[in-house]
Amino acid sequence: MTQTPLLIVLLLTLSSLAYHFGRKRAFAVSGGRIRTLHSLPAYYGLYAALWAVIPALLVLALWLAFEDSVITRLVIASLPPETATLAPSRLNLVLNDIRNLVVGNIVSSEPDAAILAAADRYRDLRGISTTALFAVTLGLAAIGGWFAYGRIRPEYRSRNAVERILKGILITCSTVAILTTVGIVLSVLFESVRFFQAVPITDFLFGLDWSPQIAIRADQAGSSGAFGAVPLFAGTMLITLIAMSVAVPIGLMSAIYLAEYASPRVRAIAKPLLEVLAGIPTVVYGFFAALTVAPFIRESGGLFGLDIASESALAAGLVMGVMIIPFVSSLSDDVINAVPQSLRDGAYGMGATQSETIRRVIFPAALPGIVGAVLLAVSRAIGETMIVVMAAGLAAKLTANPFEAVTTVTVQIVTLLVGDQEFDSPKTLAAFALGLVLFFVTLALNVLALYIVRKYREQYE
Amino acid sequence: MEAQASQFMAENPEHAPARRRPAEADSATYDREHRGTVGEVRSEVPRMRCTAVNVHYGDKHAIRDVSLDVGKNEVLAMIGPSGCGKSTFLRCLNRMNDTVVGCRVSGEILLDGKDIMAPDVDVVPLRARVGMVFQKPNPFPKSIFENVAFGPRIHGLAQSQAELEEIVVSSLQKANLWGEVKDRLAHPGTGLSGGQQQRLCIARAIAIQPEVILMDEPCSALDPISTAKIEQLIDELRRNYSICIVTHSMQQAARVSQRTAYFHLGDLIEVGETDRIFVKPQHQLTEDYITGRFG
Ligand SMILES: Nc1ncnc2c1ncn2[C@@H]1O[C@H](COP(=O)(O)OP(=O)(O)OP(=O)(O)O)[C@@H](O)[C@H]1O
Ligand SMILES: [Mg+2]
Repeated sequence: MTQTPLLIVLLLTLSSLAYHFGRKRAFAVSGGRIRTLHSLPAYYGLYAALWAVIPALLVLALWLAFEDSVITRLVIASLPPETATLAPSRLNLVLNDIRNLVVGNIVSSEPDAAILAAADRYRDLRGISTTALFAVTLGLAAIGGWFAYGRIRPEYRSRNAVERILKGILITCSTVAILTTVGIVLSVLFESVRFFQAVPITDFLFGLDWSPQIAIRADQAGSSGAFGAVPLFAGTMLITLIAMSVAVPIGLMSAIYLAEYASPRVRAIAKPLLEVLAGIPTVVYGFFAALTVAPFIRESGGLFGLDIASESALAAGLVMGVMIIPFVSSLSDDVINAVPQSLRDGAYGMGATQSETIRRVIFPAALPGIVGAVLLAVSRAIGETMIVVMAAGLAAKLTANPFEAVTTVTVQIVTLLVGDQEFDSPKTLAAFALGLVLFFVTLALNVLALYIVRKYREQYE
Repeated sequence: MEAQASQFMAENPEHAPARRRPAEADSATYDREHRGTVGEVRSEVPRMRCTAVNVHYGDKHAIRDVSLDVGKNEVLAMIGPSGCGKSTFLRCLNRMNDTVVGCRVSGEILLDGKDIMAPDVDVVPLRARVGMVFQKPNPFPKSIFENVAFGPRIHGLAQSQAELEEIVVSSLQKANLWGEVKDRLAHPGTGLSGGQQQRLCIARAIAIQPEVILMDEPCSALDPISTAKIEQLIDELRRNYSICIVTHSMQQAARVSQRTAYFHLGDLIEVGETDRIFVKPQHQLTEDYITGRFG
């Protein structure tokens, strides 16, 4: 609705008026002696303001959520019976025409009288709804403000009331975040269940053959529709392995250098520079991998007589490893810095050299935290999409050879969902099943990593 | 607040708290001129001999012209108000100040007649000869055995596992800890009580057979019983080692040490036989401090 911003501004104005008068009244009822008030005057103002704005905003939100469907219902009810009883898909087209007429867009067919009448009705209903919305919300704001205003007395505990309301708002926000997550997980879960009705879960988890092309026509050739995900898991693992064997040594050693050897000046420069790596968009890494690294690897492989695919697991893994370096290094850096200075002093005081101190005292002490950091990095690598889409290829091959093209879970999710497919074909639903697997693996890794990190923290507190 | 307190103190010196106070407050009441040292800084059989040692942290002159001996088989106590430079001076003796950014040490420090400040001196063998025990027990997050074996391992003192075990056992015995831990050598050192941890740190320090042991307030985090055990241990260790101990407890200094050095704002004010210092201090500042007239 186009007037919504105006309405919100009006509501906020009302609410600030409520604040002003609430405060005034608090001063008035205290008879000038603020000490006799239970709370500071501002709290009485805030109390009135919140009462004015919150119920009105709630109603506004609900109204906007249901306005359209209610109006549509009413319009359908007013259509001539032969139109109103059309199949849902056809009916939708008619409704689209009506809406387009209302906003003045081009209409697909020459409108007949019934449609024009419906469009008028639609417009009228919208007008009524808008007026009613203004009346109801502004009225509610006035009532709410007035109610709170009336309750202001010196002994009224408005501070506690305001604290309660604020707590309520915070709880609502976090609930929204949690519910959204739960909703996404549940929807992925349900779609996966639908997929497993079409393809047995054991075939999916243990099948060695992945070719998700479903025959659209019965006589179509070459579309077997096999959904064995093992090649995808293997490809993901191969690329993750390559990425980690780049990121862990380099990240860890640069963390050790930064935490133990670097002078404060070097540290102040090098650390932000490393973190810039984390700020590069993954798509940039992606085309770097596809356009620079992969050809380079293929050519240098050629010099040694190796036959390397132009899209190789190696290229994607190497670039992904570079991307994850700052992740590993900054987490490990934190962990190493958390090792108490007294342990370093103890080792130096025994005559240990710097590298002995690091190898024998600091590294073992930081190890659990470092393991946690590496696990978090692994889950990052598994979920990474852009680089592998661009550089790793699409061939679902079951191979351990890093010079061949492989594909990963995330790449397949992308390819399954782009392109024309009916939504409820197994091909599309397979994306949800893959997503579910991905979700569980990364969740398990994260939980494990956080558990390890936390356990390690407790050791020194 | 601080200013009020020092004003109050200036007017009522007998009410002054005997506890630690920051150095800044003192400087208002005493001059900042360099003060010479009274008493016998030299020892008849010195193990370490420091001459004209100065330490700077950036612009801050933390130790000024200190000359002091650590005798053979003696316990030297260092006392003085907080921030006067006791830890700083102690850390000069095994060059631990090298690890502090911005810290400069000058002067001559001899260990058995050899200058340890010379640029070509390797700190690894030096710290093996001059061990250190810290204020807060800091066992490594390893087993009790590995904690004590740490030094012998990095210095290659044991040729075989049996030899290593022998060193560990005898160090734990010397630190009066053997009886309490002999059944759980494989348990983590961090699982011991505070007093046991501190004795473990002492065992760790003596496992490399140092000649001098530096202790920076080794009992300040401990209960009286653990403190008594460590004091007894220090007395036993004196037979084989020279010991420098920083302490805030004058009773402790009186109990364990043969000589006492009183530091004040970076100056070494007075050195002497412990018995003499506590009975008949020669310098007014020393007397004020040990009679609790200011902390
Ligand atoms: N790393 C450092 N950087 C800068 N100044 C320091 C540093 N360490 C100590 N100082 C300063 O040097 C002076 C002496 O410090 P030191 O730690 O030796 O005192 P202390 O006598 O051991 O005190 P306490 O009894 O509280 O341990 C203090 O004024 C302190 O602020
Ligand atoms: Mg100190």
